Amino acid sequence: MTAPTGSTIDRATFEALKETTGAEFVLELVDTFLQEAPAMLDELRRTLAAKDADKFRRTAHSLKSNSNTFGALTLGAMARELELGGLSKANENRGQLLDALAEEYSRVAATLTELRHA
Amino acid sequence: MPDLRNGPARLLVVDDNKVNRLLLTRSLELQGHSVASAENGRVALEMLRREGFDLVLLDMEMPEMDGFQVLEQLVNDRQLRDLPVIVTSSLEGVTNVVRCIELGAEDYLTKPVNPVLLKARIGASLEKKRLRDQQKELVRRFATPEVAQDLQDSGFSLGGKLVHASVMFSDIRGFTSLAESQPPEETIELLNTYYALMFNAISGHGGVVTVMMGDGLMSVFGAPMPLADHGESAVRAAQEMVELIDLFNLEREAEEKPPIKIGIGIASGEMVAGYTGTNQRATYTCIGDTVNLAARLETHTKVAQRAILIDQATRSALSERVTVEPLGQVPLKGKAMPVDIFSVGLEQKL
Repeated sequence: MTAPTGSTIDRATFEALKETTGAEFVLELVDTFLQEAPAMLDELRRTLAAKDADKFRRTAHSLKSNSNTFGALTLGAMARELELGGLSKANENRGQLLDALAEEYSRVAATLTELRHA
Repeated sequence: MPDLRNGPARLLVVDDNKVNRLLLTRSLELQGHSVASAENGRVALEMLRREGFDLVLLDMEMPEMDGFQVLEQLVNDRQLRDLPVIVTSSLEGVTNVVRCIELGAEDYLTKPVNPVLLKARIGASLEKKRLRDQQKELVRRFATPEVAQDLQDSGFSLGGKLVHASVMFSDIRGFTSLAESQPPEETIELLNTYYALMFNAISGHGGVVTVMMGDGLMSVFGAPMPLADHGESAVRAAQEMVELIDLFNLEREAEEKPPIKIGIGIASGEMVAGYTGTNQRATYTCIGDTVNLAARLETHTKVAQRAILIDQATRSALSERVTVEPLGQVPLKGKAMPVDIFSVGLEQKL
């Protein structure tokens, strides 16, 4: 399965989040995500190296769920691939998927920061 | 009791992920609930055992103790087993959902959780909890402590089982005309006294009142708890009921009120017993030919001019100390063949 292509942040999802929980709260939530997500990316690399399949899957799972919350659907889909495919999926093509994940996260973080200041 | 469907409730959000935890807490607070949160199953259980909560929103994937382990612990905890749990997870796979439901989760919501769906599910869960609490209170009032405990232990989830038991129907003869001839408050007072006396006799012999309708009562002996001598117990209860009514009539006579008369029908045999109804209203009941027969026997007491009528199966279960008069075969409504019926006399006071 391949990640769907599209915008980094699905605006409709993001706006709906703002509408249902309040703009100020979303700022706080974005900040929390931006604080936590780099640790999750690190954790994916660490657990992959340590062959800790369970922890790897769980981290991918968390990242997926948080990404979808903000409308980072591409990032969410990539994390889902890792969650379902596990260590072997991550090891395909010399860890290409993890690199792509990190790149997509950078785009997500940039867009979220932009939206945050908008 | 406050209406939990619309009123605030105390909820616990369990999720190891901070974003999820904040988001869910926020959504629930916006719905007016008071919300606490825990970052893993172990902390959640500690909180649940320490404080009172109305409902738990539980993530499955967590370090230290995951959601499955929490569900397992809850189901084995007498204090917490009825606490509604809504699983909020982005776990993949139907098998996981099934496992949650099998472990007693009330509902399953996929993350990210849709706020409208969340509100509806929480409302429904709290309403179910309220009804369960209410039902428990009713059972506690109507049933013996052992029966109430049995129902509680089985989680009120009796799906229906075949049991051997005796069913009793009883009501006040000519109650409608009596009710019409006196002030309403007097009728209610009469009913209250009558119920108090009847419940006392029934539960005193191990029976459970399952239905109250006007002046009519249906009770079961031998379910949900098995009762070795259910036939004899039912008959003894019936005798006591008639005696109590006789005593009550002496009081009424002193107050220059007309006496009341009751009719009782008892049948024994196999029946389906279980918890039945809808989410809105459920009750413990028994269904089957035996039940119908007991109802017909009770109706027939008017024709036979006897207080207590029983069927052949109940008759066979009685010890010799009980005086029984065979009344021969009688055609009863709903029965293809005439049925042997027997009248039970009052216990001989030696």
